[in-house]
Amino acid sequence: MADIPLIELIDIKKQFGPVIALNGVSVSVMPGECHCLLGDNGAGKSTFIKTMAGVHKPTSGEIRMNGQKVDFANPRDAMTAGVATVYQDLAMIPLMSVTRNFWMGREPRKGWGPFQFLDMDKANRVTLEEMRRMGISLREPDQAVGTLSGGERQTVAIARAVYFGAKVLILDEPTSALGVRQTAHVLATIDRVRKTGVGIIFITHNVRHAMAVGDRFTVLNRGKTLGTARKGELQPEQLQDMMAGGAELAELSGSLGGTI
Amino acid sequence: MIEQPSGVAAADERVQRQSALRKAFVRPELGAMAGTVVVFIYFAVVAGGTGMFAADGIMNWGVVSAQFVIIAVGACLLMIAGEFDLSVGSMIGFAGIVIALLSVHLGWPMWASIIAAFIGAMLIGMINGYLVIKTGLPSFIVTLASLYILRGLTIYFSIATTRQTIISGVREAAEGDWLAPVFGGKVLGFFFTWLADMGLIATFQAGNKAGQPVVDGIPMLMVWALILIVFAHILLTRTRFGNWIYAAGGDAKAARYVGVPVDRVKIAMFVFSAFCATVFATCQVMEFGSAAADRGLLKEFEAIIAVVIGGALLTGGYGSVIGAALGALIFGVVQQGLFFAGVESSLFRVFLGVILLLAVILNTYIRRLITGER
Repeated sequence: MADIPLIELIDIKKQFGPVIALNGVSVSVMPGECHCLLGDNGAGKSTFIKTMAGVHKPTSGEIRMNGQKVDFANPRDAMTAGVATVYQDLAMIPLMSVTRNFWMGREPRKGWGPFQFLDMDKANRVTLEEMRRMGISLREPDQAVGTLSGGERQTVAIARAVYFGAKVLILDEPTSALGVRQTAHVLATIDRVRKTGVGIIFITHNVRHAMAVGDRFTVLNRGKTLGTARKGELQPEQLQDMMAGGAELAELSGSLGGTI
Repeated sequence: MIEQPSGVAAADERVQRQSALRKAFVRPELGAMAGTVVVFIYFAVVAGGTGMFAADGIMNWGVVSAQFVIIAVGACLLMIAGEFDLSVGSMIGFAGIVIALLSVHLGWPMWASIIAAFIGAMLIGMINGYLVIKTGLPSFIVTLASLYILRGLTIYFSIATTRQTIISGVREAAEGDWLAPVFGGKVLGFFFTWLADMGLIATFQAGNKAGQPVVDGIPMLMVWALILIVFAHILLTRTRFGNWIYAAGGDAKAARYVGVPVDRVKIAMFVFSAFCATVFATCQVMEFGSAAADRGLLKEFEAIIAVVIGGALLTGGYGSVIGAALGALIFGVVQQGLFFAGVESSLFRVFLGVILLLAVILNTYIRRLITGER
């Protein structure tokens, strides 16, 4: 693993008017690493990833890519720099085919001048190939995304980001709405992508999902980093406690027999 | 749970292979295709002997269908992009009056008047689109407002300048103009003369046209309808811009996120809808030789109905130009066919309502098959 992180966010603060959403968050990702960002609802996870993705500009703090300071004016900037975000809800358009979704915004064309048409052969071929690599066998590339399961849709979105040159992949709660089998599929996809050297920031509030693929874990609470730990340094229970802010949940978890 | 080899996607046993036949049939246009077949069979039975399917009969419902096609194509692309244009009908009246006012009243050359009408209407289309994008209001409301504003202004200016709502004399003003025949002319006349000579189509028996074929050419209106169908179909299915039209209507937010210029796409489709309305208006003005401020009444709904019969989703993101064209054909055939069949004309609406309902039910079912919607 290289010493210089792919992306490094240092002491990020973000204020919306009087509300302090982020109050000093630092996170970095190495190539091929999966960094899990944990936190309860309202901890500032969404604001943080939006800052990383160029949607928000931080009030203070620094973003570095490969050691160089960068400024993302908008999401397009971040994407050009290789930071791709897969949002939980707006990943795919269900009415459109897998191929059309995969290439949306970057459709391959052939022809000249005003007669440039979609290169559907190439689009279909590449889509099928990339899907196969991610472990999804499509019936046909022109089947609608609506016919895929939630996990498969996430996988298509991830494959799309990786194919178009993402170096850092931000996954916004990709498993939160999925069943067990689907979750396993998405986690396997994350593992597969990580092995190609892409750095992954995996946002979740499910400790078990995080433990399954994470190399490092950072817990956010009330807009602050509570700390970062490597794999093996922490027990799942400790993570869970840090996320929830401690005692209260411990008590509850006792009465529920440790099911949370 | 058996450990599966990772990295290799075994063929999923739950993914059913689909037969080529099923694939060929299950498509957005299926409802409209079925409707077309039903309508033609119906009229072949009830109006087969009335000349509805002779050359002049075909031309009769063909022209009416072509009119519907022209506005349906514009409405189709716009609906797939996720918006409505209720001002199409008013736009038709407006463009017609602009042509007549400029050419007859102000004495502009016909070509300049036609071009001015196109520019004017497309600018209004652009304003419609711009307002929808900037205010974030539903296009239903914004274009409903332009429906009234545009119709009112058209009647007002027509009366203020000529003291009447019908302006005639356009045919004389178009005499010798180079652009007018592109909308009002006819093509392939020689072909029909030849057909008549071969005895394949009928000729007039009496009157000053005696001996000439009953059909003396394909009106440019029909040529425009065909051009628009081909153009819009290729644009939608074979180009990058077409993919953006689907994306803008399917989920504007998701499309923006991957860099699709959703606003530009939507505004362009409003402009295209205005363009189609102006083609309709120009052809009609050239054919009638006059313009009237109340032309195009209710056309916006007829266009939307044709598009919906054609399998498009009212909320955008899904539809087909071929389907919309078939929807327009059904519309034209039914409207003229009931006349041939001697059916009371008020039943036209009943017939239309029933077809609309059946087509939409079938379309919804097909769409669920294709897209996995629940």
